[in-house]
Amino acid sequence: MRSGVSTAHSVVEPSGPAKLAAGFIVILYALLALTPLIWIGLTSIKTPPDSISYPPKVLPFVDFQPSLEGFCNLFNTRSRQTQDYINALPPPNGACEEITRSRSMVVVGPSNYTPRFINSLIIAFGSTFLSVLLGAAAAYAFSRFKIPLKDDLLFFILSTRMMPPIAIAIPIYLMYRELGLSDTRIGMILLYTSVNVSLAVWLLKGFIDEIPREYEEAAMIDGYTRLQAIWKVVLPQATTGIVATAIFCLIFAWNEYAFAVLLTSGAAQTAPPFIPIIIGEGGQDWPAVAAGTTLFLIPILVFTVLLRKHLLRGITFGAVRK
Amino acid sequence: MSKGAMPVPAALVRHARGLSDRAIAWLFIAPTMILLLAINLFPLIWTIRLSFTNYRANRPNAPLRDVGIEHYQTILTDPDVWQRMQATAHFVFWTILLQTVIGFALAYFIDRKFRGHGFWTTIILIPMMLSPAVVGNFWTFLYQPQIGLFNYVISFFTGVPPSSFQMLGDVQLSPWAIIIVDTWMWTPYVMLICLAGLRSIPDYIYEAAEVDRASNWRQFISITLPMCLPFIMLAVLFRGIENFKMFDMVNLLTSGGPGSTTELASITLKRAAFEAWRTGYSSAFAIIMFVAIFGLANIYVKALNRVKAR
Repeated sequence: MRSGVSTAHSVVEPSGPAKLAAGFIVILYALLALTPLIWIGLTSIKTPPDSISYPPKVLPFVDFQPSLEGFCNLFNTRSRQTQDYINALPPPNGACEEITRSRSMVVVGPSNYTPRFINSLIIAFGSTFLSVLLGAAAAYAFSRFKIPLKDDLLFFILSTRMMPPIAIAIPIYLMYRELGLSDTRIGMILLYTSVNVSLAVWLLKGFIDEIPREYEEAAMIDGYTRLQAIWKVVLPQATTGIVATAIFCLIFAWNEYAFAVLLTSGAAQTAPPFIPIIIGEGGQDWPAVAAGTTLFLIPILVFTVLLRKHLLRGITFGAVRK
Repeated sequence: MSKGAMPVPAALVRHARGLSDRAIAWLFIAPTMILLLAINLFPLIWTIRLSFTNYRANRPNAPLRDVGIEHYQTILTDPDVWQRMQATAHFVFWTILLQTVIGFALAYFIDRKFRGHGFWTTIILIPMMLSPAVVGNFWTFLYQPQIGLFNYVISFFTGVPPSSFQMLGDVQLSPWAIIIVDTWMWTPYVMLICLAGLRSIPDYIYEAAEVDRASNWRQFISITLPMCLPFIMLAVLFRGIENFKMFDMVNLLTSGGPGSTTELASITLKRAAFEAWRTGYSSAFAIIMFVAIFGLANIYVKALNRVKAR
């Protein structure tokens, strides 16, 4: 509902009740959308029996006693099967194991979450660093220099992002097998870089286009070389754009699943293919899965808040400016 | 704006040291291009080549035979493949419809700028930032018939016993199970683009409409919707491409089942390539998918440009 108020600044303001109704609907949706995430967070601090009780237990300390069993199971590195077996094991290795043993908890097989999480960190940060480095250089060149077939090259760079991952997964699998890159972190870093660099070039070109080229020219007249001018003048001006681009690349590499599940089997496997296969005794160990999910989601939640101003540009490759 | 470098001032030439601009341009672009050629274009060409052979990646030493367009013929005349395509189309159609309607409505309400709209917008954006695989996995937990939250909530409001329906195990329900998750995850994406569209409409147009005493409904139909249309279409394009090749979330949620009710094209492709190891066949399948995406996207972009030009 727009009531036509023509103030000095001619701003069309919706009426009070209209705002209230809109706010109510949006907040209702937001809470509904948040419920699955809150549920996962709650499940991660339940005991396995509480996590599958019916009706569901909702309030910590009221309906159920919070427990760190899920997290303990997640980080446990030793197999334990029966009480006898546990008794026969060497002394507990760390606090997590002490808790799991005192409660006689049983997990089939050791959890390998830690190395997977570390792989995720290394591959995500490594490919982000490379993507931003290569992307920034290419974006600068595309923004400032006359390059033959510039528009075609830029379109080619963008189009690489349209390919279904599985369409190129087969030859990449064969190629990596030949080169000894399959199931290695380096291989995954290069692969994710090639996927992310298109986004990096397009985003960073937009940001660099907005920096007046007079700045570098002034610096060069003062005696800087082109490279010095880039380092001392352009880079500081582009910091916000570089950070935003980096976070986008990081989120993509962090979340990627298709390549990870097809091309890695252990040594370089990241967390997304691993979390679903955490199995406890008698089926899925839901609190451990929830704990793994929660830990995995926390960085993304932080980045979402940091990124919100740049989100639109990032998800549309800068096709829509905001 | 970027039409070539500016003419170089004389003072600059005198001070020019180090690399020439031309060298820098190539030095800066080359690594990106080499990487893209090696890891995107080269594999694509390889896929095309493999699609005409009987190659199997699990038997690399078997004699290689050229089979011509046999794989393409097999795929395009296979009723099973058409059934998978139908499942994919069903999924793409409903997710786009739901996401566009809900996303646009949300954007419209957020644009009322009620108090705290910034905070709630950020909350709404969270699902689309998550890993589709992890999302698929935790929704399998929510969908568990005996213990899951989803069935509990439905039965709480409708009185249907929670164990009487299985979202992931029922032939009728499982396509909807994946549509619900995809809509939950990607509605914020459409919402964000629609919001940008709404914010791009200048206030003076509404003011003029007020002067003409146009009703709210009239304003919505003849100003808001048409001016937002290019943005909505852009969102539909991006979601369409993504959902046509959807893999991660569905692979974890149902991995194609029950039966093949949710077996989208990319799941079929993965099964043929990495479970049956029919590399040649699956390469042809991949090329067909790629051509379909490119063709549809190009036709669509033409339509989009026509709308923009209006």
